[in-house]
Amino acid sequence: MLQRINSPSEMVEMRDFCKAAFARQKVRFLVCAGTGCIAGGSMEVYEELKRHIAERGEDVDVELLFEGKDSEAGASISGCHGFCQMGPLVRVEPKSTFYTKVKVKDVPDIITTTLDEDSVVERLLFKNPDGSHAVAEHDVPFYNRQTRIVLAGCGTIDPEDIRNYFAVDGYTALAQIFADHSPEEVIDIVTQSGLRGRGGGGFPAGRKWKAGYDAKATPKYVVCNGDEGDPGAFMDRSVLEGNPQAVLEGMTIAAYSIGARYGVIYVRAEYPLAVVRLQKAIAQAKEFGVLGENIMGTGFDFDIDIFQGAGAFVCGESTALTLSIEGKRGMPRVAPRPRTTEVGLYDKPTLLNNVKTFAYVPDIIRKSADWFKAIGTESSSGTAVFALTGHIKNSGLIEVPMGIKLREIIFDIGGGIPKGGKFKAVQTGGPSGGCLPESLLDTPIDYDSLDEAGSIMGSGGMVIMNERTCMVDVARYFLQFTEEESCGQCVPCRLGTKQLLEILNDICRGRGKKEDLDLLVELSHSVHGGSVCGLGQTAANPVLTTLRYFKAEYEAHIYDKCCPAGVCKELISFVIDEEKCKGCMLCAKNCPVDAISGEKKQVHTIDQSLCIQCGVCFDKCPNKFSAVECVSPKIPVTPKEKMEVS
Amino acid sequence: MEERLQEILAPYKGKSDALIPVLQEVQAELGYLPEEAMMAIAKTTGVPESHVYGVATFYAQFYFTRRGKNQTKVCTGTACHVKGAARVIEAFERELGIDCGCTSEDFEHTLETVACVGSCALAPVVVVNEEVHGQFQSSSIGKVIEDLKE
Repeated sequence: MLQRINSPSEMVEMRDFCKAAFARQKVRFLVCAGTGCIAGGSMEVYEELKRHIAERGEDVDVELLFEGKDSEAGASISGCHGFCQMGPLVRVEPKSTFYTKVKVKDVPDIITTTLDEDSVVERLLFKNPDGSHAVAEHDVPFYNRQTRIVLAGCGTIDPEDIRNYFAVDGYTALAQIFADHSPEEVIDIVTQSGLRGRGGGGFPAGRKWKAGYDAKATPKYVVCNGDEGDPGAFMDRSVLEGNPQAVLEGMTIAAYSIGARYGVIYVRAEYPLAVVRLQKAIAQAKEFGVLGENIMGTGFDFDIDIFQGAGAFVCGESTALTLSIEGKRGMPRVAPRPRTTEVGLYDKPTLLNNVKTFAYVPDIIRKSADWFKAIGTESSSGTAVFALTGHIKNSGLIEVPMGIKLREIIFDIGGGIPKGGKFKAVQTGGPSGGCLPESLLDTPIDYDSLDEAGSIMGSGGMVIMNERTCMVDVARYFLQFTEEESCGQCVPCRLGTKQLLEILNDICRGRGKKEDLDLLVELSHSVHGGSVCGLGQTAANPVLTTLRYFKAEYEAHIYDKCCPAGVCKELISFVIDEEKCKGCMLCAKNCPVDAISGEKKQVHTIDQSLCIQCGVCFDKCPNKFSAVECVSPKIPVTPKEKMEVS
Repeated sequence: MEERLQEILAPYKGKSDALIPVLQEVQAELGYLPEEAMMAIAKTTGVPESHVYGVATFYAQFYFTRRGKNQTKVCTGTACHVKGAARVIEAFERELGIDCGCTSEDFEHTLETVACVGSCALAPVVVVNEEVHGQFQSSSIGKVIEDLKE
């Protein structure tokens, strides 16, 4: 039965066969093998689970299930569950029992409670804010407000075994279009669904596909943009690592629609695991005849290659990306230029979409355009995937219906700001986006509302910042990024970002001038107006939004030489509160420049002339004392102290 | 090196569009791209030397000087930045005695930043020789470096 699929109708038989095989395993331990959990040691947990199951005399080899044997229990890896902060994660099927921060030593308890006692290991369950425990994954507040489509497969299937994807209807959408739909009909379905490009721009996918279909030249290409360059974002990475087959299926459906023979997946150099999983996925898909030559016996050919990026943010732009594949410098083509759908890779018609855009397609085909359109808002249908990170209690990957309010994401799903901190800003859209303040938390998440607020939807990075984040420093941080990543061909971008950065550096160092604020705005508009690609056009967004919503903070830096958040080194000093210091000596021991003096059980003092503001003393001082304080403006260093030093 | 280089380059004769994969493969083998290797690449692929240099210097992934045995990359993604990546960099600089972006004189260590490794929920993140260390605390630097000596 496990052989090449020779007709679309055989696909359904394959699905039922795989489903039945996996159903023979009564209990399945799914260990998250996303990058985050692997860093926490999840593979060791996986090996230990397998060892214990084998010791109980259970066969752990999946192949036996396909030979018709029953199994009491088995372990398998899965893609990223999304709740990376609580990793390593283990989910036990069929009850979806959800264990967090699992260590190797916890494995025996998990095994015996599950298989012998039919109970759970309470200490590993997620603890709700009210102290109760969430047993199943869908009981955890982080998950129960999400609508998972693209992420549905991540965390529930083994990304390294295509039969898992078959068992959850994988490739039945492709079989369905081969059997029932012409390319035009497929494009109609995508158009009617209202799917918009998930790379950030939000261009209607159906229109792009139609343009690809209309293009006359051959051969045509389908390119998947996995050059997820926004700092603070890892949605595409998780989809590529967690459910690579969905991306391959979506690309193949696109290829059928526009008549493409070849496909390329452009993956960031920093994502080695995604490359490995994709290589395996492509090899398996070819083996089963759902990719390559004569797909499902229909005579349709489509091959996919992987191209590894070499570390250039600008290559996320479509024309730069195609040039990069051709072995050139990734410099966006100058407008006016034909669309990539007409002149793209090797100057041939090229359909380029983001990883998630392709991953939505199989579901849309299977469940209908109306089903997708019913989720989200009128102009932005479906769901949005975000990497929720920064100063947030529940950090990880989330998928929510479009139209949900920022507040719901941050406080209901994200659980708010940790350690009693206060919300200050939310950053979306990476270096092209902006920072929104508390007053805009009721903004609904969709392409147009975020645009209006001065930010952008972007590809899905969402970084939460607490009151100890300096917004001038954040603007500087992003400008430093775009200045470095500017390809250099447009002068306003190449030099404008540099000048913006210089001004922001000055402000952060206490050398800001009154006229800097107007200059920042003027320069921002010049950079926006004088650049050909999205990188330059949006590079000043972080400056403009922080100026719009946090102007007082800029003014404090310029007029009072004060960094209210206590971040900008040149404007702060660390001092020890005499009342609170208990003389534990921790700060003095750890100070890298020996600027702290004091005896045991005596109050310590910091020599300001030696202090380099590294903040180690602040971090080291035990929470119960909190004797080290950060003050701004800086305490002036007296000439006397200076003389003593020399 | 000469022999190994020819072995890698053999399949790419005349393939100018394979320039980036070639550069990646050569660097994976040699650790960086010395001048002789760049010239050999130009000769094999038929791409002018100036173009090979232009492409290689455009991308952050390529290095032109010998690098340390151990490579430490401090992630400076947005989440890592707001969670104190700058302090982590400074702490590594102090501990290793080299500036960020540099290699120690004994070629034991290279310290650099990376734009984002996409493990943002674990911020701040440090990648030491491909191993991801999440929720990194500067106090553990000593141990990390000690472990590398084994």
